[in-house]
Amino acid sequence: MNEMSTRAKTPTLEEMNLIKKFLDDTTLFLGPDPEIMQNHDLMPRTEIEDAAIGKVSDAHTVAKIRDRIQSGCDEGYEMVEQMGAAPGAKWGDVITGVYSASGDLAIASAGGVLIFSALVHHPIKFIIKNWMDDPTVGVKDGDGFIHNDSRYGNVHNTDQSMIIPIFHKGKLVCWVASTVHEGENGAIEPGGMPSMAESPSDEGLKMSPFKVVENYQIKRDILTFLQNSVREPKLQYEDMKVKLFACLRIKQRIEETLNSDGPEALMATLRLTMEQVRAEVKRRISEWPDMTVRSYIIQDSTLRENCVVKINCKLTKTGDRLIFDFRGSSPEFTNRATNTIVAGLKGMLAQVFLCYVWPDLPRGQAAFAPIEVITDPHSIVNCSYDAPNSQSLMSIFTGFTAGQHAVAKFLYSCPEKFTRVHAPTFNMINTFIWGGVSQHGETLGNLCADLNGMGAGATASRDGEHALAPIFATMADIGEQELNEEEVPFLQLVSKKMTRDAIAPGKYRGGQGYTMMVATKDSEQWGFMTTAQGAKIPPLQGLFGGYACGTYPLSKVKDVDVYDVLMNEPERFRHSIEEIMNEQPFEDADYSTHHMGMGFEISKRGELFMISQGAGAGYGDLLERDPENIIKDIEEGLISPEVAARLYKVVFDAATLAIDFDASEAARAEERQARIKRSVPYAEFVKGWNKPKPPAHLQYFGCWGDDVGTLYMGAPDITRRGDQPRPNYMMHPKDVRIAELEARLEAAGAMGDEKK
Amino acid sequence: MKIPMTEYLRIDLETEKWECRVCDHVIAPAGGNYKEGLLVHNRDPREIHPPIIDPDKYRFTFSPDPEWVRILEFCCPSCGTQVETEYAIPGHPPLWDMQVDVAALKAQWAARGPAALPDAGPVVMPERGHSH
Ligand SMILES: [Zn+2]
Repeated sequence: MNEMSTRAKTPTLEEMNLIKKFLDDTTLFLGPDPEIMQNHDLMPRTEIEDAAIGKVSDAHTVAKIRDRIQSGCDEGYEMVEQMGAAPGAKWGDVITGVYSASGDLAIASAGGVLIFSALVHHPIKFIIKNWMDDPTVGVKDGDGFIHNDSRYGNVHNTDQSMIIPIFHKGKLVCWVASTVHEGENGAIEPGGMPSMAESPSDEGLKMSPFKVVENYQIKRDILTFLQNSVREPKLQYEDMKVKLFACLRIKQRIEETLNSDGPEALMATLRLTMEQVRAEVKRRISEWPDMTVRSYIIQDSTLRENCVVKINCKLTKTGDRLIFDFRGSSPEFTNRATNTIVAGLKGMLAQVFLCYVWPDLPRGQAAFAPIEVITDPHSIVNCSYDAPNSQSLMSIFTGFTAGQHAVAKFLYSCPEKFTRVHAPTFNMINTFIWGGVSQHGETLGNLCADLNGMGAGATASRDGEHALAPIFATMADIGEQELNEEEVPFLQLVSKKMTRDAIAPGKYRGGQGYTMMVATKDSEQWGFMTTAQGAKIPPLQGLFGGYACGTYPLSKVKDVDVYDVLMNEPERFRHSIEEIMNEQPFEDADYSTHHMGMGFEISKRGELFMISQGAGAGYGDLLERDPENIIKDIEEGLISPEVAARLYKVVFDAATLAIDFDASEAARAEERQARIKRSVPYAEFVKGWNKPKPPAHLQYFGCWGDDVGTLYMGAPDITRRGDQPRPNYMMHPKDVRIAELEARLEAAGAMGDEKK
Repeated sequence: MKIPMTEYLRIDLETEKWECRVCDHVIAPAGGNYKEGLLVHNRDPREIHPPIIDPDKYRFTFSPDPEWVRILEFCCPSCGTQVETEYAIPGHPPLWDMQVDVAALKAQWAARGPAALPDAGPVVMPERGHSH
């Protein structure tokens, strides 16, 4: 065949433009744009920004304006926190930020959930690309845009953003946005984060960025549609107003700067802040040792069933480049909600640096901009458009921990540190999500702020703090449960009491978590759900010889009304999960344990649901722990004397807790010898331990060992290539159970003559 | 120059070896996996994270499931210090967690000089109770 005849004619530039115009004009659906969604770096410096920097680049002026914009953001943040109706708003699950005219986040509020604003640049860039020049939409002074669909750039669609453009003399100079974890969004379960979602259509309201405000007024028709789509219509209205007014306050602060210093000074400040942070991050990375660090974190459930889901992380630093390679992580689940879009993972990795490694840097998009991320397509950390992701936090948080664990191993030898080397922080949202009809007749759906009470990891020089802060916000509150109880028909009968022996031991131990026991009281239409992993496998790794946390189940007591018990026989009540479950003090009650993925369950008055917040990881060899600190842990109810003596090899008087230091040192020396005796050399160990494939008794997802190109999909003989997507369906857990029971009936010959 | 790389490990740039910071034991070549010079113990996770509720009565007890996860404990063969732990799926090959570019490390520290070494020295057990 003649080669010439098969080669298509190369179109001319004119023809190419015509083709592009044709395609643009006939686009049937403006879905998430991969060009926007896969890129987290800063947009190129524009000519306008360049000219502005040519006029204003004095460091003092830039610092002055940056501080003013920063305090404007903080003011907006305070407004949302004080006035917001969502429980999340009251505890700081909120953020405000100022974005460049091209859409990059330049400055965010000092408090709040940075990951929110680190993702809002995506919807802003969507608005710039698609709505700015569209005659049916347009972007004008006084406009406001709403957005929540994570596929266009968000953590999950329970977070809603209000985005407004800022104009000066008719020219766009920047954007302002405010984001809140709202809770309700009309999904198949109340509270905004359904773990039962099997497709994006189960996840409730899916707002691509659209205009909802004109002339600074919320459009009532659209508002009514949104209210009609969620379970908390009043909350929807109130928080849209609150976010809009917070944005307008920040706008006012920006206008003050525009009037005093001019638009060039503002635009130069935003651009230079980002460029300087980006350059400083490159410099700091270059101080790390050139090295590859490997880590993995296991998710032990999809929230529907227990299985083994790997988050694989290889972190490589060469010169001033830092590359997170998450290839080998689990394939996406086609019908489970624990997938995340890759932007969510990146936003959370940015928090590793801005919250735990370089908290001195201005909070914005630039700190993560030069860091590279590699993932497999259609994987649990880079899921497709068609995969549900309402429980993306599971993969975002375990991805964060893999990153935090790997980063710590680079930092130890760095001469210049900005924080202490830090073991992983607890990473699961062990809290109650709740919903139904309240004692006041209101339909509600939201959660207890106890998710913010994650235990901190130990550091190189001290113990982790208890119930400190969520990994996604270092300065969030756990709220006032008593205030909450005025609105909701349940009580936390035990709250903020440390869960004894749920420990992460080490030379420095992890900060511990506390017990929560809830029981519905004043509603027949009220229920709970829990959405966390880690009831079979800890979701952390320890650092430098320290241990991770243990595991955390859900315990239930049914067929009891504890309010009757408290009224009639209060002496029967116990104040720890340990005592209630082991002593079973309520006669004829039903006591059971479960993994932490409880789908929404209606509760009866006085039934107990009991969980614990988790501990951060430990640091260093536990035999080096100061005996006095061990005794302090016993006195504070963190660890029982028996467990302390057995693990830490500390010898003390059982009655007085007086330490016998000589005996302790001898016991520790003996334990070091015992370790040497019971351990085997590495080469010998791996001969017996290493297996070529995942064990058949586990449903295992992700790569095995060094072969990151092969992803297992639930069994040793079902795989896909990392770069070649395949569907990955899970059976309904009830169907699995029915099949098990039918097999047993069949084996017992008890199926009768049922026709098939 | 000896560079402290973790709480218990350092790299001697001259000999290009991983060493124990507690007892000075030479563990493995610096360009390789330090775990190869350590001892390993396959720990039942229930021993470290004790059941809080009765394992005879309940499926979930606050203890990790030993069929699902094990703790690999790596210790120095000379002094018994626990250098690293790894929570591992049964049979999963242990990770080569720190793969160092030794030539780059040497160049980096040649430029820096020993004055920049981080000051966290080896751990010493506090002496107490003997103030006769
Ligand atoms: Zn040693």
